[in-house]
Amino acid sequence: MSLLRQRATDLLALLHSGQITSVELTRAFLNQIKLHDPRVKAFLRVDHERALARAADIDKRRREGKSVGRLAGLPVAIKDLLCTEGETTTCGSRMLEYFKPPYDATVIAKLKAADAVLIGKTNMDEFAMGGSTENSAFQKTANPWDLSRIPGGSSGGAAACVAAGMAPLSVGSDTGGSIRQPAGLCGVTGLKPTYGRVSRFGLVAFASSLDQIGPLARTAEDTALLLEVLAGHDPLDSTSIDMPVPNYSQTVKQPLANLRLGLVREHFGEGLDGEVETAVREAVKVYEALGATIKWVSLEHGKFGVATYYIIAPCEASSNLARYDGVHYGHRTDEKKMIAALAAERQSLESAGRRAEADALDNPLVRMYRQSRAEGFGAEVKRRIMLGTYALSAGYYDAYYLKALKVRRLIRMDYDAAFDEVDLIAGPVTTTTAFKLGEKVDDPLSMYLVDLYTVSANLAGIGGIAFPCGFSSAGLPIGLQLQGPPFAEERLLQAAHMFQQATDWHLRFPEMVSNP
Amino acid sequence: MSLTREQVEKVSLLARLKLTSDELDLMTAQMGQIVAYVETLAQLDTEAVEPMAHALDVSNVFAEDRLRPSLDRKAALANAPHSDGEFYLVPAVLGE
Repeated sequence: MSLLRQRATDLLALLHSGQITSVELTRAFLNQIKLHDPRVKAFLRVDHERALARAADIDKRRREGKSVGRLAGLPVAIKDLLCTEGETTTCGSRMLEYFKPPYDATVIAKLKAADAVLIGKTNMDEFAMGGSTENSAFQKTANPWDLSRIPGGSSGGAAACVAAGMAPLSVGSDTGGSIRQPAGLCGVTGLKPTYGRVSRFGLVAFASSLDQIGPLARTAEDTALLLEVLAGHDPLDSTSIDMPVPNYSQTVKQPLANLRLGLVREHFGEGLDGEVETAVREAVKVYEALGATIKWVSLEHGKFGVATYYIIAPCEASSNLARYDGVHYGHRTDEKKMIAALAAERQSLESAGRRAEADALDNPLVRMYRQSRAEGFGAEVKRRIMLGTYALSAGYYDAYYLKALKVRRLIRMDYDAAFDEVDLIAGPVTTTTAFKLGEKVDDPLSMYLVDLYTVSANLAGIGGIAFPCGFSSAGLPIGLQLQGPPFAEERLLQAAHMFQQATDWHLRFPEMVSNP
Repeated sequence: MSLTREQVEKVSLLARLKLTSDELDLMTAQMGQIVAYVETLAQLDTEAVEPMAHALDVSNVFAEDRLRPSLDRKAALANAPHSDGEFYLVPAVLGE
């Protein structure tokens, strides 16, 4: 079988037994990138030379019988918002086009220590704001199942590269569904861990109380393997939790007995595509056949999730992104032009006798901030900064931010009540399969509603996993989402694995992943 | 409640963003639409609900008070658009 179609766990066994080398494996994936990424555009940068050098070094150490790390020799793709020391980290933004972080994110350090081969940085919506990866300042990524469609977002490159056989493992981040939604739309497995399970140190911040890093891969077993490396307490992230990391890669194989699976009444309402609903209901039958009992539950406030999210996330974003001031790092406007333009504005106002307006013009420092940010940020990022700034401005705090924090509590309480009755909640990831590129770009609100089934998990801080459970008549993947109580990652992975043992949706490949 | 262009322009100063006239028009319309949507929260009675600022109930986390190496100046300034090797440089605020 083509190396590109193998599970990461099988590839690791082949590496350990000496049947393949990391150099061969890395070459195979780099070659697939070379052949197909000009059309998919999943990667912003491919680290060809360094990846091969690293693979050679790991092969050498393995040959010499030296100890090697948990992922020794496996290629891993990285979403371009994780800081990599001395290597460009753009976050999909012109603002950070030339930014070279002075340190590694904790998860990058962990991957290096595990002897992963980092093959490149994947495309994303600018600052992870978006659901289609169309907000990247650099390129639009296509869905490997249909190149005229979006891969989802914001981790669109991270999901597309796994679907396209360009990487067996991939790291993304999820603030409102940014791992689960593209995983669902690209037909791969993606897990958003409980808030605090994975260190956020070195993750370029979007909404700090919602952001969480997580793994994407072909199977639940592969996802478990990668999570085992990513998870753990980090003194550099005071919100990371000091709890032991389970042996996910082992426990994932243990089936769950007497699983109580909840279905959410509100998930099967208006707006849910018929084919998606059918696939999800069929998936539930698979679980029933595996011995699960099904129970209907209610997440009454779930319908307020998107509204709550689009207050809290922009508020946190407006605060986090205030750091891009054109002074410390990132884009800065051409100062001479800026000063000249400011002088011309002043003169024109003064000669028109508009003295007060001339006096109210920005001072040069403020204008430098404003102009640098106007040039560095794209439309969606500006929209969210504006929304957050408005919602937090004097007089509005109680009506928006405080209100949203209270509804956030109600959303969490709904989950707590549901998890008294069921072990996991199952449902769709999205209302439809992947939409066409360009279809929603002019309608921000309709793009926001793409997050309907995923945002609540981020607001509540709980974990969720998405994996394929069927295909539409047009041949597009349909995802199933499972959500669990805090720190139930083992259970999520076990349940996904049970499903993948009974079905083969996760082993289907788009045409570009050939099987010679 | 809909937003006025003047409100949006004021927010753009607070947000340190320079918007063109066209951007201001579009932003006014789009923000109005989004704000109207998020205002659906107003229909919920949350009088007795404790706000939830964070997903986890964690208490303060303190770091040990000891000297550790930090980023050296050269590395800290390496990404600065404008510096003299010792300080970040910004446009003059108090005139030339």
